[in-house]
Amino acid sequence: MLLRLLFRNVLRHKLRTGLTLCGIGVAILSFGLLRTVISAWYAGVEASSANRLITRNAISLIFPLPLSYLERIRGVEGVKAVSYGNWFGGIYIEEKNFFANFAVEPRTYLELYPEYLLPEDQKETFLRDRRACIAGRKLVKRFGWKVGDLITLRGTIFPGNWEFVLRGIYSGRDSRVDESQFFFHWDYLNESLKKRKSLMADQVGIYILSVRNPELAAETAARVDRVFRNSYAETLTETEKAFQLGFVALTEAILLVIRLVSFVVIVIIMAVAANSMSMSVRERLGEYAVFKTLGFGGVYLGAMILGESLLIAALGGAGGILLTFPAAKTFLHYLGDYFPVFLVTKETVVFQGLAALAVGMAAAVLPAWRAVRIPIVQALGRIG
Amino acid sequence: MSLLFFYSLRNVLTRRLTTVLTASGMALVVFVFASILMLAEGLQKTLVETGSYNNVVVIRRSSGSEVQSGVSRVQASIVETLPEVASGPMGRPLLAKELVVLITMEKRESGTRANVVIRGISGDSFLLRPQVKVAVGRTPKSGSSEIIIGKSIEKGFQGADLGKSLFFAMRSWTVVGVFDAGSTGFSSEIWGDGDQLMQAFRRPVFSSLLFRLREPSEFQQVKTRIESDPRLTLEAKRETTYYKDQSEVMAKFLRILGLSLTIIFSIGAVVGGMITMYASVANRTREIGTLRALGFRRTSILAAFLTESLALGFLGGIAGLFFASFLQFFTVSTTNFQTFSELAFRFSLDLSITLKAMCFALGMGFVGGILPALRASGMGIVDALREA
Repeated sequence: MLLRLLFRNVLRHKLRTGLTLCGIGVAILSFGLLRTVISAWYAGVEASSANRLITRNAISLIFPLPLSYLERIRGVEGVKAVSYGNWFGGIYIEEKNFFANFAVEPRTYLELYPEYLLPEDQKETFLRDRRACIAGRKLVKRFGWKVGDLITLRGTIFPGNWEFVLRGIYSGRDSRVDESQFFFHWDYLNESLKKRKSLMADQVGIYILSVRNPELAAETAARVDRVFRNSYAETLTETEKAFQLGFVALTEAILLVIRLVSFVVIVIIMAVAANSMSMSVRERLGEYAVFKTLGFGGVYLGAMILGESLLIAALGGAGGILLTFPAAKTFLHYLGDYFPVFLVTKETVVFQGLAALAVGMAAAVLPAWRAVRIPIVQALGRIG
Repeated sequence: MSLLFFYSLRNVLTRRLTTVLTASGMALVVFVFASILMLAEGLQKTLVETGSYNNVVVIRRSSGSEVQSGVSRVQASIVETLPEVASGPMGRPLLAKELVVLITMEKRESGTRANVVIRGISGDSFLLRPQVKVAVGRTPKSGSSEIIIGKSIEKGFQGADLGKSLFFAMRSWTVVGVFDAGSTGFSSEIWGDGDQLMQAFRRPVFSSLLFRLREPSEFQQVKTRIESDPRLTLEAKRETTYYKDQSEVMAKFLRILGLSLTIIFSIGAVVGGMITMYASVANRTREIGTLRALGFRRTSILAAFLTESLALGFLGGIAGLFFASFLQFFTVSTTNFQTFSELAFRFSLDLSITLKAMCFALGMGFVGGILPALRASGMGIVDALREA
């Protein structure tokens, strides 16, 4: 009987229930989206591999390391392969077309990053042509490029206009891989710098190392740094994960804001749901008095109110969770340039469910308390 | 009419729990709305106040920021001799050739690493930036490994204390002073002797030039002169414009984030308001009938219920702004995407944000109240009176 009563009560004020459902749905949806934004922030960390290390200049990332370190790093015990690259920071036509572009040593780089899948024939032509570049599937789609296109980037760190020929389009092994990056031959950059007698020639931004045994990664990193201690370019070697986390940490204040705000939305909806429950209860105080007169205990009344509140929250929450997936897709469609990876994780869905549950519980507490506590006579004698 | 006005207000006061819940929902939305606008405003204010209108920054063309820029000594000397450059106290051009690099330092609280700007200054750097004042200690002597640090650096980073030394670029640098640059971006910088820093970092070129204009109106002239000189691959910007450009991406990001968040949140709050107002109409059907029978017009009823809803919005707005105003005591420190370096700034509340937030709160009240109010005003007298 309790269940039947619950459903009847939920349907009694269709408009109010509908509005509350819609409010809870929107809140759970936006909670899910915000959490997804946060996990998108960590996409680089998630995609990093345990057996890769990054070596960079200890002063800060803007200082390079000499190319001569390559052989010395390769000789360090525990290091399997080494690749290197520079953040190029080129701009495609306009500043708002931002995407990540790197000059890398192509052969070793592709070996170190097996998650970038490149068709064999495209790989061949890319490796053979010094002016060649490859780009991720999403990036290619964004600008409508085709293989063979000439792409010009305006350098910000390395002055001038740089021309590349698109020779390949890579795709990710799984959905965590960033498919909006752009890679070209480090040699092409370096030769041009040498021709200009630039001081930036023969300088490498970061070295990427793969280690034989991921469990010894920390030791290997320390060993690399020991080699260059007290040299004029000391190194800082850390796991790829730590390196990526470093970038996330730079903007942790903003992340904190988003995280806080994602809880604020839940609090807002708690207020709304509590409000509609308390109104329902206020209207029904007379009925509760009748229940009490008939001998139903406070527990029963409490269960009835809590059940109704939970039912509404569950329905709204389910709606919100279901809507999260299409919403995330739309979001990705419009803002994919800023968030290369935007996936709704299982964890997010669980959190959404918990949030809906919390809303249902919290909304019922005050009204249920009131209904249980009010004396029968007072409740019966109450007007409107 | 005044009777109905008080009728509405009294109603708001009578149902305290409902009023508090509805208004607090709205208050939270207003709080979020205001706080994010305040954040964006604070960021922009910090960076705009950083520059002064009469100063010109010269960096390498299309490098975007000082960190990526490079100006050779030859180019610097050419700019130095331009007639538009003002003269300093000794009759020499009032121009600073500066080095700007980033070093990694650990934050005091979280221990995470952040990039900090090191500025290698020359003699005129302090003269050109009167907003930078030495708070404790003294300025670094030229030719020595001494540095002076900004207030936000002293507060936020490990090892940045007066009298101690910092180790970077294979040297240890003694902190001989702390400067206060108000709420400008310089507070998040470390300054030291330019020539010494260039040596230590092995950078043979300057990053940027900064000079005062002889006549503020001559900016266009000197800009054209610098940018059309074939020996110079440089661009000139007014210092104010330069810093404003650097805050653009970040401020835009914050604004978009804030706007989309508040729009979503306001749906929740509006729904809350609507539920309250519909209930309040339904509970008072008889009263509405009575009022109509007494001769009040439909428009008056409409106005009465709208007033009630607007009052809820107003309460929410006031409460939200009240709490948001406390945020002004907090400082946010984060990395500016464009310069890749740490910047500390405050939440800043001004009149336009206050007005925007209040309009927003009243707007929520209006949207939440208009449908229920229309229902109330649309009731027939007899039906309303007959309703139990």
